[in-house]
Amino acid sequence: MARIFGIDLGTTNSLIAYMDGQTPRIIPGRHGRTMVPSVVALTDNGLIVGDPAKDHLTRGSERTVYSVKRFMGRGLADVAEELKYFPYRLVEQGGVIRIQLGEKSYSPPQISAMILKELKLRAEAHLGEDVSKVVITVPAYFNDSQRQATKDAGLIAGLEVLRIINEPTAAALAYGLQKHTQGQIAVFDLGGGTFDISILKLKNGIFEVLSTNGDTHLGGDDFDRLVADHFLKEIRPRHGVDVHAFPDTMQAVRLEAEQAKIRLSDEQNTSVRIELPEGHGEFRSDLTRDQLETLTKDLVERTLGPCRFALKDAGLQPSEIDEVVLVGGSTRMPLVRRQVQDLFGKAPHSNLNPDEVVALGAAVQADILSGGIQDMLLLDVTPLSLGIETMGGVMSSLIRRNTTIPSSAKEMFTTYVDGQTSVDIHILQGERELAQDNRSLARFQLKMPPLPAGVPRIEVTFLIDANGILNVTAKDVRTEKVQSIQVKPSYGLSDDEVERMIGESFKFAAEDLQARQLIEARTEAEAILKATEKALQQGGRLITPEETTSINAVLASLEAARVQRDHKAIRACITDVEKATHHLAEVLMDHCLKEALENKKLSELT
Amino acid sequence: MARSMCWHCQSEVTGEYFCDRCVKVQPLSKESDYFTCFGLPRLLTVDLNALETKFYELSRAFHPDFFQRKTDAEQAISLGNSALLNTAYRTLKDPVRRAEYLVQLEAGSAKDIRTSPPADLFEEILELQEGLDGFRSLSTEENVSERAAFRTKLMGEREHLEQRQQAMESDLLSLFTQWDRLQAQDDHNPAVRAEKDGTLKHLREILSNRTYLRNIVNDLTATIG
Repeated sequence: MARIFGIDLGTTNSLIAYMDGQTPRIIPGRHGRTMVPSVVALTDNGLIVGDPAKDHLTRGSERTVYSVKRFMGRGLADVAEELKYFPYRLVEQGGVIRIQLGEKSYSPPQISAMILKELKLRAEAHLGEDVSKVVITVPAYFNDSQRQATKDAGLIAGLEVLRIINEPTAAALAYGLQKHTQGQIAVFDLGGGTFDISILKLKNGIFEVLSTNGDTHLGGDDFDRLVADHFLKEIRPRHGVDVHAFPDTMQAVRLEAEQAKIRLSDEQNTSVRIELPEGHGEFRSDLTRDQLETLTKDLVERTLGPCRFALKDAGLQPSEIDEVVLVGGSTRMPLVRRQVQDLFGKAPHSNLNPDEVVALGAAVQADILSGGIQDMLLLDVTPLSLGIETMGGVMSSLIRRNTTIPSSAKEMFTTYVDGQTSVDIHILQGERELAQDNRSLARFQLKMPPLPAGVPRIEVTFLIDANGILNVTAKDVRTEKVQSIQVKPSYGLSDDEVERMIGESFKFAAEDLQARQLIEARTEAEAILKATEKALQQGGRLITPEETTSINAVLASLEAARVQRDHKAIRACITDVEKATHHLAEVLMDHCLKEALENKKLSELT
Repeated sequence: MARSMCWHCQSEVTGEYFCDRCVKVQPLSKESDYFTCFGLPRLLTVDLNALETKFYELSRAFHPDFFQRKTDAEQAISLGNSALLNTAYRTLKDPVRRAEYLVQLEAGSAKDIRTSPPADLFEEILELQEGLDGFRSLSTEENVSERAAFRTKLMGEREHLEQRQQAMESDLLSLFTQWDRLQAQDDHNPAVRAEKDGTLKHLREILSNRTYLRNIVNDLTATIG
């Protein structure tokens, strides 16, 4: 049987892992990096994904999609408040968000599918085997629509998604495998865009989730925004330019904010430089860890509520938690760690890389499914209560939140009027009393035999499967006949649309590996050409004329190779350029350092 | 579990959850209640550790994770059994849900236990509702002292109700013991039968009062904080 792979489809980065004997391993890319940035860019050469696409954030931001996970399974109204932060254009079509890229528009599952395909190719190149079956992770607090959208993304990418598992529980599996932990653990997962808290009980290889809670719109992205806003406020009065009108610079500010935030996890203060558009010069500023913590304090505190709810639902006091595990890049922030420690009264664990642990756990679950590991079993829960709308617009709960899945509930329906032939059913998810305050999942129409009122009896079974995804079946109790139901999702693609997108995706796959590699090589070539030209301008006077001549020569051959169709030739030229410019890069670096030091001295003197 | 024919090889199933002959998983019988599902007698006192151990054991037997490579029919049985098992465990684990379920099983027809106010607290609860309405009608800016007075009174009420809740919990526990003792006796004895019916009735009453009180207390807490 074909191997099953584990995929962490993240807001900021994605990873693919597999089980190598008894050990889960992340599959690295060509440059040895384990993470694929979850970024897709439309370039003049076509669509590109990952690291090369990330370069386009500051060069073609209107055509570069990042953080698409935030839009999975959602409607435009859900994300109205944050639309202004995204440089690409979002429209809505039939309840599903579409992202406009050039002439075409893509649904979030289609964009995610491109990232999944990139991971698939990466694994295939690395292991030399076909990748077709996968386990994909989602935030534990993802609702049914968001899970379904993730599954659709897998289908569109030509993958068989054997299981959707929750990120914090995947992390617990990776930890459990490594340490054979027993007891009650809390997994605190703060990623790029989402926050989850899960409380588990580990006993003799069983990983029983007691409760889960979270916020699917709280993560590193939000911290970056606050830091970026802080810089923008400084830029305007100092440089007299409103950067909002320059999407590419906005992205540069966002990325620089992210980098500054990351550096401040290890340092007490850091400086930033951002090149401003249209000759407004360069923005330079410093940011201290204290400033960062003041900016982000409220956001970090927002994680406390879900933690308390999860503990309450698990029936536990913070002191009853034996271990706390940190997952997600944002848990590297000292403020987050301090807060977790204060809440649970113990130092959290992070001996597995918080960026990789989810993918590793997904590989463990994949191995369980393929019959490898037999002594570990994950018993997960559904994060939100599932119900239907009843008379008066009230939600009637059928399956309560934190119920172990799979779980099912049966409900009997009948008619109120003689000869009535159908009953409309509205499925909801959430914890509020009124239907309108909860998430609308889907609607369907139940067919009724034309009989006197109250006589028909149709039994509807709502089953949440091990993926946390809802399946609905109906049966006429009198005739024992099963009725097929056409469920219309409120915020998702219909089956037909998914089918069509799978078809399209295969058509695009005809732009085969070679074509892809060509696109990537060309994109990288363009980036290198630009960067080298800039370096020559800045540092040309620091190197010998001979060096300049030889650099110009390799640049010319790269320029020539770039328009040809041989990606290997382009790559060879790129390597030549890298070699030829090695010394230039070094002297430039020294020069910049010296300059920075001199500036410092000057400012210290005045 | 009711013995029956294997859905796959048609031989008589003698194994507990799997056919001895073809080793296929068998669906848990539709007739089996949550107690029999766990191989437990219909008692209200349950050893939670033993229940958990059995739950884990059955989860290992039925969970869809272990049927990924089996036929569609087996996968469907695994899914159905797991869903039933999970509901059964959730019900039996919690003393109140367990009691509600047992009352439903034993007293048959009545599907839901209605929530109703305890008869002796009827007057008090009416008064309390008026107090709540009064408190809500006062604005926060003015009437500061009036609100504070209302609040003190309502907090006193809440304390009283919470004491009553605790009394109900201990009543419930003693009814558990009473029921379990009766279960050990001869069911054909009319006196035993009558006492059982009485116990069930009493259980039902407490359960419904309990829910009612809980709602009131929640409402109180939501209003006065």
